[in-house]
This record gives sequence, structure tokens and C-alpha cells, in this order.
Amino acid sequence: MKLVLENVENQFEVFQILNEDGKLVNEKDMPDLSDEELQELMKRMVYTRILDQRSIALNRQGRLGFYAPTAGQEASQLGSHFALEKEDFILPGYRDVPQLIWHGLPLYQAFLFSKGHFHGNQMPEGVHALSPQIIIGAQYVQAAGVGLGMKMRGKKAVAITYTGDGGTSQGDFYEGINFAGAYQANCIFIVQNNGFAISVPRDKQTKAKTLAQKAVAAGIEGIQVDGMDVLAVYAATKKARERAINGDGPMLIETLTYRYGPHTMAGDDPTRYRTSEMDSEWEKKDPLVRFRKFLESKKLWTEEDENKVIEQAKEDIRDAIKKADSYPKQKVTELIGNMYDKLPANLEEQMEEYKAKESK
Amino acid sequence: MAQMTMIQAITDALRTELKNDDNVLVFGEDVGKNGGVFRATEGLQKEFGEERVFDTPLAESGIGGLSIGLALQGYRPVPEIQFFGFVYEVIDSISGQMARMRYRHGGHHSSAITVRSPFGGGVATPELHADSLEGLMAQQPGLKVVIPSTPYDAKGLLISAIRDNDPVIYLEHMKLYRSFRGEVPEEEYTIELGKADVKREGKDITLIAYGAMVHTCLKAAEELEKDGIDAEVIDLMTISPLDIETIIESVKKTNRAVVVQEAQRQAGIAAQVVSEIQERAILHLEAPVFRVTAPDTVYAFAAAESVWLPNHKDVIDKVKQAMDY
Repeated sequence: MKLVLENVENQFEVFQILNEDGKLVNEKDMPDLSDEELQELMKRMVYTRILDQRSIALNRQGRLGFYAPTAGQEASQLGSHFALEKEDFILPGYRDVPQLIWHGLPLYQAFLFSKGHFHGNQMPEGVHALSPQIIIGAQYVQAAGVGLGMKMRGKKAVAITYTGDGGTSQGDFYEGINFAGAYQANCIFIVQNNGFAISVPRDKQTKAKTLAQKAVAAGIEGIQVDGMDVLAVYAATKKARERAINGDGPMLIETLTYRYGPHTMAGDDPTRYRTSEMDSEWEKKDPLVRFRKFLESKKLWTEEDENKVIEQAKEDIRDAIKKADSYPKQKVTELIGNMYDKLPANLEEQMEEYKAKESK
Repeated sequence: MAQMTMIQAITDALRTELKNDDNVLVFGEDVGKNGGVFRATEGLQKEFGEERVFDTPLAESGIGGLSIGLALQGYRPVPEIQFFGFVYEVIDSISGQMARMRYRHGGHHSSAITVRSPFGGGVATPELHADSLEGLMAQQPGLKVVIPSTPYDAKGLLISAIRDNDPVIYLEHMKLYRSFRGEVPEEEYTIELGKADVKREGKDITLIAYGAMVHTCLKAAEELEKDGIDAEVIDLMTISPLDIETIIESVKKTNRAVVVQEAQRQAGIAAQVVSEIQERAILHLEAPVFRVTAPDTVYAFAAAESVWLPNHKDVIDKVKQAMDY
């Protein structure tokens, strides 16, 4: 009888390129990014940090609705997104609005999603994505289908989907990676392990030492990445994408990250389950801090550059929230109209009723 | 015209649509090489290849998600859930996801999916194979629910379901699969979803049914004729949305109605039909609209089906109650 758990778990080491001081610790895996691309990555992370701060403020003022804070996860969200191409299809979770924005969803529409307006989910032409998924795990089984569809169509593109650490306990999580594995579908599965599922710590989800090793159950590649290291997340996703479009099947990427804010803005209080020591320990690992140091050492980033991005973000956000605020209100007739390609009789009847009501 | 069983008519409809539209994909547990546990997909993989007709891992939720994802890539998935009692595993993909896809995205995505699944009692299946769970589906906005009762209807309705650009739940009663043959045109034809069919014209009372209960009602109507009661039998065919027009027109003519379903009284869709009739035709009614249903217990153990499932005698009793009211 041979027991192998330790052997298996030791296969999953944390993949890192930049350490907390912004020093290159893994030169051979350094991705091939131009100076401009490196700056663009930083720009997106700073912009998204500001977006998070402003979104929290706007939520508190009642100008936004549902909002799941993202600060701390910029490397995980944007590093992975940066490795994608326009034709790739994103199936985001509810915290993954930034990826949608950088994939082409206008900011005011992201705000309309938050407020609960269907126009927020009307992806513009050429933006290949679903709106943020609220049912944890559902995006995983759907991604398997999108990835298989891409493979069958012969597309050189991937379906990428995101869930959190808690989400790895769902049946759909396992079914999704297993289906994608069985069909060798063009999929990238990302697990953003931020340590907590609302108040429940990651070690209450599973006895498994890593979440990446769950890939073994599907017989697919899995990797655990420092999710505060944007270059490592980018490199891992890039690798996963290359493998997928070459027909080598899906990959599971666990990013070790942290959310500085609450779970959502709907009354969650993280001081109930997190210590301030824990917060400050992770703040030392801040993805912006380390990447800023790295870029500064290469003379690619200045305070001035950063302030320019911050000002741009604030201006864009001001314009977008104004546009979202003044966007036409929803009507029941529009909701009815969005239900089917051809309205069934019951809705035809209700359409007439509400048309009459709305014309009063 | 060919004489076909319902299962042959279903296979014929699948073959027709696989031929017509390269985007049609048929998949599920054992539907490929095996041709399905009831032979509904017999020969299809051989004819159209593994790219079009394929097996899946054993996971209903995964099958639902796979369908949604493939639909997002422009395919027209026709997944199978081996028995509809297993739908609980895939309720999120059906009711929580595909039914809402178009609405959620303001029309920018859709789910042109037809979920085929057998159900229904009278053939002594093991637990959770025969349960009538159409009521769950009928309550979900965004779905259409179709239940054929004859080989002819089965083919025309399935072709329509597959061509529909929104999700359709297509439920196949196991007892009707091979119990009789009917004339089915070899060429393609469609039957509009959301339309009922008057299977027997009558002037004294309206019997509204679907699935196996259509035949139960027809049998009851034959016997009632001997007693001088002329029953009209409406086969709903689509249980969501209901064909209100056909129902109300008939009730206004006969002034009496009984709704007959195999599902338990608290389930199915009979209550919805009664409710529509009382709102729209109460002044035409000579008696309350009664229901014939199974009792409100869990589906019967196989050996108890004969005492548990509603039969033509239950229908006759209820009709007499309505006539003598």
C-alpha cells in the first residue's frame, strides 16, 4: 500500500517572478513584455485601485448598488486579463468586473450593472463576455461549454473564468474542470484565493494544502501562483492560453491574493473575522507597491506617471457615473421584451397591459 | 407516410434537424455509440459523427453548463437528461441560467437549447425515474415546456423546439415511447409551440390533459359516450405557455371542465389551468372546474403504481361529478 498525499501536495510550489521588494527572483520565467506593456499593466492596476476606492465611496453615497471590492486583487485580475486576446471569452464571477472593463465594457455600463439595470449587461459588439455570475460555480461549467465550442469551431481563442477559494467547494467547480479536461477544451480556470469566503477562512473549505492541486482530480495541469505578483499571474495565464489554443487542454491557476475591503458592500464587516495584523501583513505584499518598485528600478515609472493615471481614472469615473445616473429608467415593457426572441401569448397579453400603464 | 412509434418519431426529428443545421449537437449520457438508453438517438452518431452526437461525463449540471457554453458559441444544443427525476442536479443550469440568459443580457446572448428528457409512470421504473416535474419548469420565466402524446406530435414539436431560439424543455413520457404506432410523415414539418390540439371534439364537457393522460382521457371519453356524455379532449402539448384561447373557447362551448394530470395535486400545472378558466370564463361554468391528479405523496413505489396513478375511471368519476353538480 502506497500513500502519496505528501508527494502530490509537494508538486504545487508557489510560482513567483517578483518578490515583495519588487526584485526579479525568477529571471528565466520573466515574460517577454515591452516597456510600454509593462507601463500599461501598471496603469491598469493603479486605475483599478482608484476605481475600487471610488466605487466604495459611490456605494456609500447610494449612487452605486451591489459592489464587491477588488483592492488587493489587481495583479490577479489584471495580470491574467492582460494575457488574453480580444477574441477570448470571459465568464466572470461577481467580483470580476475589472476584467470586463479592460476587455471593453464601458465604465458607465459596469456602474449600471452595479445599480441593477439591464443595459449594464448588454455587452458591446465584439466584447466577448458574460455579465458577472452570481451563482458561484455556474461560470465554471459554462466555461467548459464555451471552450469546447471554440475548439470545435477551430478558433485560436480561449474561455477564461474566475472563482474564489470558497467556490472550489462547489460541485460545478469540479464538473467544469472535469468536463473541460475530458474534452480537452480551450479553457483557463482561475481560482482567486483571497483567504476568505465572506467570513469563512480558506482552511475551512478543504483539508487540501493547495487549491491548485484540485486540478489533479480532473487530470489537468494546475499551478499555484503568487497572486500579488502581476508578472507571475501574467506568465502563468499566457502559458495556459498557449497550451489551450495548441490543443493541450485546460489549466487551473490558483492565485494567492487578498481583498483589503469587505466581501461586498452589503453590510459585511471584515473586523469580525480578520485581524489588523493580517491586513497589514498582506498590505506589505501589495501588488502595486512591488510592481511600482520594479518599474522605478527600471526607470519606467514616476510619481508623475502615477498621478496622471489617478487623475484620468477620477475623471472617467465622474463622467461614467453621471452617464449611469442619467441613463433612461427601465420599463416593464422592456423587461418583457428581453425575455424571448418571439413573445409567447401570456407575455403578449402582459405587454399590452404594461404598455397601457406606461402610457398613462 | 410511415407508421412510427413515438421514440422513432423523436429519432426521426433529431435526424432531420442534424441534417438541416450543422449547429445542432446531440449529447448526454450514453446517447452516442449506445444510441441512448431508450434508443432515441439510435444510429445518429454513426450517421453524423462524434463531433455532432457525443457522450458526456456522468454529471447533469455539467451537461447543462456545457449546453449553455456551446450555445454561446452559436451551436444549437439538444442535450439529454437521462431521466427527468435527475433534473434536480441541473436546475441551476436550466432555471437559474439558460432561462435567464436573454433577459440578463438585454437580448445580447441567448440559449437556443432543447433539453430532452424521459419521465412518466406505468412502466415500473426504480426511484426518481418517473416523477412528473414539469410543474417546476412551467414556473420558470424564460422556458417553454413541451410534452407530446403521439408520434406525429412528437416529431413536429421536437423540430419546432430545436428551431426555437429560446430554451425548450421537451419531456417524453416513457409509457408512450412504444405503446402504439401512428402515422408520421417522412418529410419535415413543424407544430407551433404554445398551441393545444383538440384530440376529440365534444359538446358536454372539456377534458384538458397532456402526456399519458391524454390517452386516459380519450379512453374515458369513449366510455362516457356510452352514458350519453360527449366529452371534448384537449391535448395541451405545450404546458408553458398555455394555449388559453383553445381552452377558453372549448369551455365556453361545453360549460364544464376537468383538468387531468399524472402529477400530484400540489404539482403539475392543473391549478394554473383552473385559475385561467375561472378568471376568463366563470360566467360560462355550470360546475366548478375539477382536477384529476395523483395524491400528494412522493411518487409511488413501483408495485403501487396501479393504485396510485390516475386512470380513466378517476376521470369518469370526476366527469360525472361535474355533470351532476
